[in-house]
Amino acid sequence: MTAARDERERLSVEVWRGRDEGRFETFAVPHRANQTVLDVVTWIQRHAAPALAYRFACRVGVCGSCAMTVNGRPRWTCRTHVSKVAGADRRLRIEPLRNLPRIKDLAVDLTPFFEKWQRAQGRFTPTRNRADPLAPVSPESPARKAADAGIECINCAVCHAACDVVGWDPDYLGPAALNRAWTLVNDERDGDRRGVLQAAAAGGGCHSCHTHGSCVEHCPVGLNPTAGIAGLKRRSLLDLVGSGLP
Amino acid sequence: MSPARLYLLQRATALILAPLVLVHLGLILIAVEGGLTAAEILGRTRGSVGWAAFYGLFVLAAAIHAPIGLRNVIHEHTSWRGRSLGFATIALGLLLAGLGARAVIAVVAVP
Amino acid sequence: MIRPSRNHPGFWAFVAHRVSGVALALFLPLHFLALGLALESDAALDRFLSAADNPVFKIAEWGLVVLLTVHLCAGLRVMALEFLPWRDSRKGLIGLGAVTAVAVGAIFLLRVG
Ligand code: SF4
Ligand code: SF4
Ligand code: FES
Repeated sequence: MTAARDERERLSVEVWRGRDEGRFETFAVPHRANQTVLDVVTWIQRHAAPALAYRFACRVGVCGSCAMTVNGRPRWTCRTHVSKVAGADRRLRIEPLRNLPRIKDLAVDLTPFFEKWQRAQGRFTPTRNRADPLAPVSPESPARKAADAGIECINCAVCHAACDVVGWDPDYLGPAALNRAWTLVNDERDGDRRGVLQAAAAGGGCHSCHTHGSCVEHCPVGLNPTAGIAGLKRRSLLDLVGSGLP
Repeated sequence: MSPARLYLLQRATALILAPLVLVHLGLILIAVEGGLTAAEILGRTRGSVGWAAFYGLFVLAAAIHAPIGLRNVIHEHTSWRGRSLGFATIALGLLLAGLGARAVIAVVAVP
Repeated sequence: MIRPSRNHPGFWAFVAHRVSGVALALFLPLHFLALGLALESDAALDRFLSAADNPVFKIAEWGLVVLLTVHLCAGLRVMALEFLPWRDSRKGLIGLGAVTAVAVGAIFLLRVG
């Protein structure tokens, strides 16, 4: 194999090292077919920088733990192919997610993200116990369809990192928490839907969204938090004029 | 005021403003031809109840719409928060309503 | 340089909406003050209008007309997305708004010239 060929088969990967203060460290990583960005990070950790901190679990796009900023965009790294993000120059720049406190290298602290889920009352309030019969829910009802459209969220925080308002307004709940709230407002089995709506419409809630759709652009599972947030805005108006919804 | 109320005011005034702005734009495009004169503007508006209502509503809606918008911009891009920002929003609304009412009177009142 | 994560039509529509909104809000009091001159006398308003009859003012006026159109179209887009039952982002609306603003700007220039 000639040296020139070997050059071409390497990726030039800049990885953020450190916390808020730090620097990019550049690694030459062998380029393989069907390689994901997570594969690249793992290769670096195994072969070049054993102390590199990053997070992943499932490697198949289910757990939502592997999100990072790749060439400027937030992405789930385990399902992002290098061929999709590295240009002809085979460069990658990998940074931690935006809008969350950094811990070390590529790992961020997700505590504020999950605290906002709780502030938006993004948790199910049961109305039955295991002795009760199953609640009959028609999959065809408009409410159930609205809930289903947002239910596949994997909590990856990609949308949270993409949203400008999250970056500008520390109080803003963000697209993921509000999307979750919208699914609950539409879940007829939830025991406190009005509470969810009011939590989602309080200060820093749905009305802070600008409908500009960076969340939709980046959500890896193709959800549309903007549409759910618009639904919350409409419901909050109905609630305001006292129609007692939902 | 709750975020939902501010949002309601902002969108309601936007819905009022949209057709008014369309008429205003159309009028501008017609009126600019050959330059603007006081006689031309005032000849149309003086003593007209219709234009008084049109511009009166326009001023009122804009005086609500603009301060709420600026408040959101300030909230997001500066660290100004809380009651003082609320008062400043109201003060700006009153200022715009006052100056706007004065302008409407200036163009519709028959001297 | 623009952040890659921001470089999509929805973000640019937001920027246009915001910049035009702030500019219009700042212009509004001046507009009211100018019209208020008619309280003094018709001649006072005429003096202002003829003073404003120069290229610099014309360009500023043209800018305001375009900004007003931009703000109107961007606002209509937001309300359409919020209140009409669409689930996609309707990027076509952004293009439509941009075309409208350009058209209004062009008509203004043609008529004023
Ligand atoms: S549409 Fe709303 S939630 Fe989504 S990125 Fe924009 S401001 Fe954030
Ligand atoms: S809405 Fe999409 S981007 Fe946001 S956390 Fe859920 S899966 Fe991730
Ligand atoms: S590692 Fe689980 S989603 Fe990527």
